[in-house]
Amino acid sequence: MTHSDEHSTETIIGLEVHVQLKTETKLFCGCSTAFGGPPNTQVCPVCLGHPGALPVINAHAIELSIRAGLAINCSIPPMTKWDRKQYFYPDLPKGYQISQFDLPICAEGHLEIPAVSEDDPTRRIGIIRAHLEEDAGKSMHDEASGQCDSRIDLNRCGTPLLEIVSYPDLRSSHEAKAYLDELKLRMTHLGISDCEMQEGSLRVDANVNLHLKANGKKIATPIVEIKNMNSFRAVEHAIDYEVDRQYDLWEETGKTIEEESKTTRGWDDTTGKTFLQREKEESADYRYFPDPDLLPIRISQERVDEIRATLGELPGETLERLQQQHRIKAYDAEVIVNQGREFISFFEEVATACDDGKRASSWFQQDVLRTMNDQQLSVSQFPINGQQLGLLLRKVSSGELDNSRARDVFQFMLTNDGEVDSAIQSLGIASVGTDELEGLCQNLLESNPQIVEDYRNGKQQAVGSLIGQAKKKNPNANPKAVRETLIKLIQTM
Amino acid sequence: MLDSASEILRLQASGEASAVEIIKRSIEQIEASQDKINAYTCVNAELAIRDAETVDVKRKSGQPLGKLAGVPVAVKDILCTTDMPTTCSSKMLENFMAPYDATVVRRLREEDAILVGKTNMDEFAMGGSTETSAFGVTRNPWDNNRTPGGSSGGAAACVASGTVPLSLGSDTGGSIRQPAAFCGVTGLKPTYGRVSRYGLVAFASSLDQVGPIAWSVEDVAVLTDVISGFEPRDSTSLNQEPPCLSSVLQSNDLRGLKIGILEDALNSEGIEPSIRQSVIDAAETFKQAGAEIVEIQLPHSEHYVPTYYVIAPSEASSNLSRYDGAHYGHRSAKVDGDLLASLGPLAATYCKSRSEGFGTEVKRRIMIGTYALSEGYADQYYNQALKVRRLIKSDYDAAFSQVDLLLGPTTPTTAFPLGERLDNPLQMYLVDLFTVGANLAGIPAISLPAGLNSSGLPIGIQLQAPALQESRLIFAGSAYQAMTDFHKLRPDNFSF
Repeated sequence: MTHSDEHSTETIIGLEVHVQLKTETKLFCGCSTAFGGPPNTQVCPVCLGHPGALPVINAHAIELSIRAGLAINCSIPPMTKWDRKQYFYPDLPKGYQISQFDLPICAEGHLEIPAVSEDDPTRRIGIIRAHLEEDAGKSMHDEASGQCDSRIDLNRCGTPLLEIVSYPDLRSSHEAKAYLDELKLRMTHLGISDCEMQEGSLRVDANVNLHLKANGKKIATPIVEIKNMNSFRAVEHAIDYEVDRQYDLWEETGKTIEEESKTTRGWDDTTGKTFLQREKEESADYRYFPDPDLLPIRISQERVDEIRATLGELPGETLERLQQQHRIKAYDAEVIVNQGREFISFFEEVATACDDGKRASSWFQQDVLRTMNDQQLSVSQFPINGQQLGLLLRKVSSGELDNSRARDVFQFMLTNDGEVDSAIQSLGIASVGTDELEGLCQNLLESNPQIVEDYRNGKQQAVGSLIGQAKKKNPNANPKAVRETLIKLIQTM
Repeated sequence: MLDSASEILRLQASGEASAVEIIKRSIEQIEASQDKINAYTCVNAELAIRDAETVDVKRKSGQPLGKLAGVPVAVKDILCTTDMPTTCSSKMLENFMAPYDATVVRRLREEDAILVGKTNMDEFAMGGSTETSAFGVTRNPWDNNRTPGGSSGGAAACVASGTVPLSLGSDTGGSIRQPAAFCGVTGLKPTYGRVSRYGLVAFASSLDQVGPIAWSVEDVAVLTDVISGFEPRDSTSLNQEPPCLSSVLQSNDLRGLKIGILEDALNSEGIEPSIRQSVIDAAETFKQAGAEIVEIQLPHSEHYVPTYYVIAPSEASSNLSRYDGAHYGHRSAKVDGDLLASLGPLAATYCKSRSEGFGTEVKRRIMIGTYALSEGYADQYYNQALKVRRLIKSDYDAAFSQVDLLLGPTTPTTAFPLGERLDNPLQMYLVDLFTVGANLAGIPAISLPAGLNSSGLPIGIQLQAPALQESRLIFAGSAYQAMTDFHKLRPDNFSF
C-alpha cells in the first residue's frame, strides 16, 4: 500500500488465532463443552478451581492438537509440557491458566495461502507454534443496571483452545483474510474445530505495524495488537483502519517502534474504528512455571504417523482432485470444498451416481446449497440421499426430464419420501409418445404458418416460441424433443 | 484401647465392645482433652455415632465389613470432606464446605472407618508448630507448654492424647514426621504418587503427600494399605499396585539388610545430644537384629532446606491464588477508602480479602514464592532450585546404590516451647532440616519413637527408603518396635 510518493509503505501483520477444539469434554475434566447451556451448569470442582481438585488431561484434545499441527505443517516435538500462566481475574477461578510456555505441542509450521491477486504467487506464511491451553470463563458486566453488576459464567472455563501463532509474514488485510480462510477450512475440514467466530470457537488477534522507507531510512511504527474482531470481514476492516491510522499518526508524530511499546486496541464494528484498550503493554509478568499437577507428555513418532495416516485429503488436495475427477471448474470445486467433508462426499456420491460431474456441481452450487441454507439443514439432515439425487440428474442428462421438470421433482422429493420414481409418478410426469408429440407439433405448426415461413427463411430460432406453447399444452413435453420434432415436420412439409 | 486400631478391631470381633461404644469413648476423650490440647478444628460426634451404628448393624447382620470397621479416625483439616468444613486452619476457608470427599477420605469410608473429626494444623500446612493456625495453637500432650510440631500438629496430638488410634496428616517438608517425633508417635510419608492427592488442598503440589500417624508401625501399615493405590483423578498418582504392608511386619530378623547411618546429620550443629544418642542406639538395635550398619553421606544436604524454601513457596504462591474472594471462601465485607480509590473495586476486593483471610506466615510464603517466580528472578531462584533438586535426587540415588535404608534423626531438637520460634522464621524452618530431603527426592520416610530426653520429651528417629520401598520401612520399623518399647510410652494424664 502506498500512501505518498516519497514514502514506500509495507504492512506487517502477524495473527494469533485461538481455535476451540471439538472435544466432547473439557481439557482437564469431564464437563461438557456444549455451547449455550444455562450459566454455570457445565462445571465441576476441577474447572471451578476448588481446593484439592486436580486436572487430568483429555487425550482427545492431544490428538486433535496433533491433527491440527499436521494440517498446518507443524513439527510435533517428542515432548510437551504444561505451564501455569498466572494472573488474577474473576473468570479464571484458579488464579492461573494451564497453558504451554516453552514446549508447545506443535512447533514451527507454515500455511500456503492462495494468491490474492493474479499477479501474486501463492504465499507461504510461517507459523511459529501452536499451543494448547484451557479457556477462561465469561464475565458479563451489566453496566446498565447502574450498579456495575458483574456475573460470571464458568461453563466455558476449561474448554480446550489451540492458539496458533503466525510469523509477521502477512502483508495486507486481504492476505490476513486469505490466511484465516485457509486455516478455518483446514480446521473444519479435518474435524478439529467448528471455527464459529460468533460462538467464540475461533478468535483472532492481529498484530499490526508499518515498515516505512522515508528519506532513505527504514522505519517501523509501534506495534498494535487489535482485539475484539468478531468476523473475518471485521479483521480486514480493522487492519485497513489501523494501517491508515498508524500512517497518519506517524506523519503527525514521527513515533517509531523504538519510542513506544506495544499497545492494545479494540475493534468497534459499529463505528468502524479501533479504540485504545491498554496504553502501554504493562510488561505483564505471568510467572510461568511448569504445572506440578500434570506430567509432561511424550509423543512418539509412531503416534504422530498414526494420526497423520488418519488425516486423509487436505482441502487443497480435494480441490485438485474434484477438478480432475469430476471435470468441474476451480471456482465450483472451491465452493464445494468450503462446505466441508460431508458436503464433499455427498457431492461425489451424486456426481458418481449420475456420471455427470458438471451437472452435479451446478445442482449443488444452486439447488442443494440453497435448500440447505433456507431450511438450515446439515448434510446428514438432507431429505434426498445421494443415490436418488444422482438418479434424478441422470434423467436430466439422458433427456428424460428437462431442468424445470427436474426441479419440480426435486422439490417434491424434498417434502415427500425422497424417491425419484414415486415423485415422477405422483407428479403425473409421463414420457410423451412420438405420435402424441407429432400431433401436438403438427397442430402448432398449422396454427402458426408465419413461423414456418420464418424458419424456412433461415430464422432457426423462430421455433423457440412454439416450444413454450407446446409445454403449455402438455407440461410433460420435453423441449429438446419438441424442437427436433418441429424441425423434422417443417422439413417434411 | 484408643491407642490401637488392631485392638479396637479385635474387641469388636470378639463382641467385647461395639463400634458405638468405641466411638462414644473416642468422643468423650476428645471432649476431655480439647480445651487443653486443641487438636481438633471440628468434631463430628453425631454423624460419627450414626456411622458407628451402621457398622454395628452390618456386623450383626453378617454383612462384609471394611478393614477399619468401627475404628475412629481423625483427618487433617486439609483433606476435603463433605460432612465437615475443610478450613486448612485458615480464616480464608473458615466455613468452606467441600463438594466432594478427598480420595483418601473416601477410601477410609469404604473401609468403614469412622471419621470423628478434623485436626488442627499450621495454616495451609505452612509452619512447623501448629502455631500459625487461625483457630488457636495445638499443645503437645507430653508438655502443654510446648508445640506438638507441625504442620500436622493436630494429627499427631490427637493420637498422642488418646482420642483416636489413627489419623491422616500431610507431609510437604516433614509435616507428618516432625510432629510424630515431637509427640512420640509413628508417622509415615509415603512415596510421592503412592497416595492420591485428589482432595488434599494443595500447598506445594510436587512435594505434598498424605500419610498416616499412629502409635505403632503395625497400625501405620494398616492405614497406609487403605489409602494407597493408583487413582486416575491425580495425574501424579503412580499406576503401580502397592504391596500389602501389613503382611511385611517383622519380629527381629533384619539379616541381609544394609542400613546407612547419616553421619553428617548426627554431627550437625545444634542437634540435641539425646537425639544423637538415640540414633546411635537405634543403629545398635538394628545391628542386633542382624542388619549391617555403614556410615553414609548425602553430599548436598546443606542445600536441602534452602532448595525447599524456594520450591515450596513458589508452588504455594500459585496454588493459593485461587483464594481471591470471588468464588468461595473469605470475601472482605468492607472494601472502601483509599484502597478502593487506588485499585478499583476488583483489585481492592482481592487485596482486602486476601489480606484479611491469610495469616502472616502464609503471606510471607506467597511473597517469597511470587518473588522467586518473577521475571528476572526465576532463573536465580526457582529454576536454580529445580537444578539443585536434581542433585538432591542423585544424592539419594547414590546412597541407595550402597544401602537399603538411611537412618538418622527426624528432627534436630525435641518439641520446643510455644512461641519460641514464631517470630523467627529462619529458626522455624530449621525444624525441617532432616525431613525435606525425602520430599524433594519423592521417597518414603518414617519417623519412629525412640525414647524420651531428660525432660521427658519424645525423640524421633527417621528411616528413609528408595521410592516405592515403603515395605522396607515397615519391615525395619516393625522390627525396631518389636525390640524396643518406645512406641508404648504414653504421656501422663491421658487414658487410652
